[in-house]
Amino acid sequence: MTTTAAAAARKPATMAQALTRALHDAMAEDPSVHLMGEDVGTLGGVFRVTDGLAKEFGEDRCSDTPLAEAGILGTAVGMAMYGLRPVVEMQFDAFAYPAFEQLISHVSRMRNRTRGALAMPLTIRIPYGGGIGGVEHHSDSSEAYYLATPGLQIVTPATVADAYGLLRAAIASDDPVVFLEPKRLYWSKDDWSPDAPAQVAPIGRAEIRRRGTTATLITYGPSLPVCLEAAEAARAEGWDLEVLDLRSLMPFDDETVCASVRRTGRAVVVHESAGFGGPGGEIAARITERCFHHLEAPVLRVAGFDIPYPPPMLERHHLPGVDRILDTVARLQWESDWTEGRGE
Amino acid sequence: MTVLEQPGSSRHTSALPGPPPDWRPRVDPAPLLPDAEPYRLLGTDAARGLDAGLLKRLYAELVRGRRYNTQATALTRQGRLAVYPSSTGQEACQVAAALALEDRDWLFPSYRDTLAAVARGLDPVQALTLLRGDWHTGYDPHEHRIAPLCTPLATQLPHAVGLAHAARLKGDDVVALALVGDGGTSEGDFHEALNFAAVWQAPVVFLVQNNGFAISVPLAKQTAAPSLAHKAVGYGMPGRLVDGNDTPALHEVLTEAVRRARRGGGPTLIEAVTYRIEAHTNADDATRYRTDAEVETWRAHDPIALMERELTARGLLTDEFAAATRDGAERLAADLRERMNQDPVLDPMDLFTHVYAQKTSQLRDQAAQLRAELDAEQLPAQEARP
Repeated sequence: MTTTAAAAARKPATMAQALTRALHDAMAEDPSVHLMGEDVGTLGGVFRVTDGLAKEFGEDRCSDTPLAEAGILGTAVGMAMYGLRPVVEMQFDAFAYPAFEQLISHVSRMRNRTRGALAMPLTIRIPYGGGIGGVEHHSDSSEAYYLATPGLQIVTPATVADAYGLLRAAIASDDPVVFLEPKRLYWSKDDWSPDAPAQVAPIGRAEIRRRGTTATLITYGPSLPVCLEAAEAARAEGWDLEVLDLRSLMPFDDETVCASVRRTGRAVVVHESAGFGGPGGEIAARITERCFHHLEAPVLRVAGFDIPYPPPMLERHHLPGVDRILDTVARLQWESDWTEGRGE
Repeated sequence: MTVLEQPGSSRHTSALPGPPPDWRPRVDPAPLLPDAEPYRLLGTDAARGLDAGLLKRLYAELVRGRRYNTQATALTRQGRLAVYPSSTGQEACQVAAALALEDRDWLFPSYRDTLAAVARGLDPVQALTLLRGDWHTGYDPHEHRIAPLCTPLATQLPHAVGLAHAARLKGDDVVALALVGDGGTSEGDFHEALNFAAVWQAPVVFLVQNNGFAISVPLAKQTAAPSLAHKAVGYGMPGRLVDGNDTPALHEVLTEAVRRARRGGGPTLIEAVTYRIEAHTNADDATRYRTDAEVETWRAHDPIALMERELTARGLLTDEFAAATRDGAERLAADLRERMNQDPVLDPMDLFTHVYAQKTSQLRDQAAQLRAELDAEQLPAQEARP
């Protein structure tokens, strides 16, 4: 390899590129992995996540389908019944809704219905969330709907390394995975590069992204960078915030969440989707049930407003931002001195 | 200036460039169109050429199927079956569908199609597991290549397409046959399945059992299409219209469609015109939406009676064969009665076993909770023992 090529390979990759690499590696390793969806073939996906895969693996393995989400997911069910591992793309969050019947009536419960005789090893890739100026139906955070459906795994990466590692794990999983891709992080970069050793990230394990002592920000997907920024800004107030990235909403990592909250005594859940009926309510309830005697304040939530996703010109008022997070942290009503810290 | 003199009006269009070649139809629709009348064999000259062995086999399966239907209905009255959607009157469709397939093919039944599964070789008790209120699917779908009975309408059709497509990708000459009712053709999944099947040229056959009613709604309120078989043309596949009570006609049309699919000829939509003699289920009152006179007309066109006429005319319905057929059907009914009278033993802990390949920590906690509740239920009985 020439020096130039090596330097190019070491160049940090975007999250979208890491996802492409994950799909590529999974297809190369396992001939039963098939990609399907609207525009995933020749175009390489509207976000270019499947770029080049049809060319390399053929149109049978990376295939453009008719524009019909129920049909895409429904045929993927049949393909999985015959031993393939389909990876379907829903293009945009709100475009997945026509496929809900297949998802809820079949994908999520086929294993259960057949006492384990028919597994559904399929991955449903759904770009989700706002912040990219998308018009209506292009910015929904629909995780609460999936979360209400037993039998599904719900995974969402917030880092480039996790985009690779979690997608590999999702494709390898014998159970269906709703793989939510935070589309506003598609072009984000961190220290992951394509020539780094490929690591699979386990589904169901949360990760502490920033150690802190005074409160835990519990978040996932597109809100992770916002929380990290808020944690940095909080230092000016003398607050040392811990930031926890759930990575997987189902299975839910009670252990890591509770351990963190027991250390800090305070928790704020941050997500883009509407607060009422959203994941934050469930997470707050779990923390209250398990850590009540460690809590020094009620568990608070910073969520999107309880409104249909707003037009792009107003979305910055809706999406949880640094200021709203810090205002909420301030509402935790401290009884003890922040600067004392909270020991581990 | 009049309308005709305006630029862009018809007298000026000759100056415009012609439409692109894509405007031409991609497929000649004429060969895809179904015949005006349902295809029939029984009572026609062509029936004389039918194989005697096949006729006798179809007849025996019909008689067995009718007995299975009446026995299952009786079991609902005895409280042994939670619900039964009878296929009495539709046995020809059920039997022909099962017999048109090779062992390696797959059947995709709806909730009314337990008889098709039984005719394919599934244990009748296993076929009724869902309707009994026992665990949802009482069989391993891979064993007889029968997909789980599908309760939502038409959602199993895309599964059939996907399975058939996957089989072809793997180089296997497997065909999928999907069953759906007339009501199911109104669902979006019916449309998407047929569209995918035609675009992919998947080896799949769709059999619509048009039994006249979707619960209480008659076909005229379900569709404005000339026939349900006509819907095929819009997708680019052949539509066939068949007398759904004429077992040999159905068997021929289905076998031909399966053969065509296996050869790479793509999907077929078949509409079988039949009638649901019983109500939608034992919980339905059919007298509210149809007349006795209508039912009687269809009873006169009963699939078993039609076959008996043919067999008699050809001297095939000997006393010996009739008795053997009857005995076979009674044996099935007796076995079903006896085994359905035994209460199934269910393990409540199974509730958590198959939600995921591995239990989540949440499910482990809940399983422990249920275990404790079950143990507590056992305690008084144990304490009472000396």
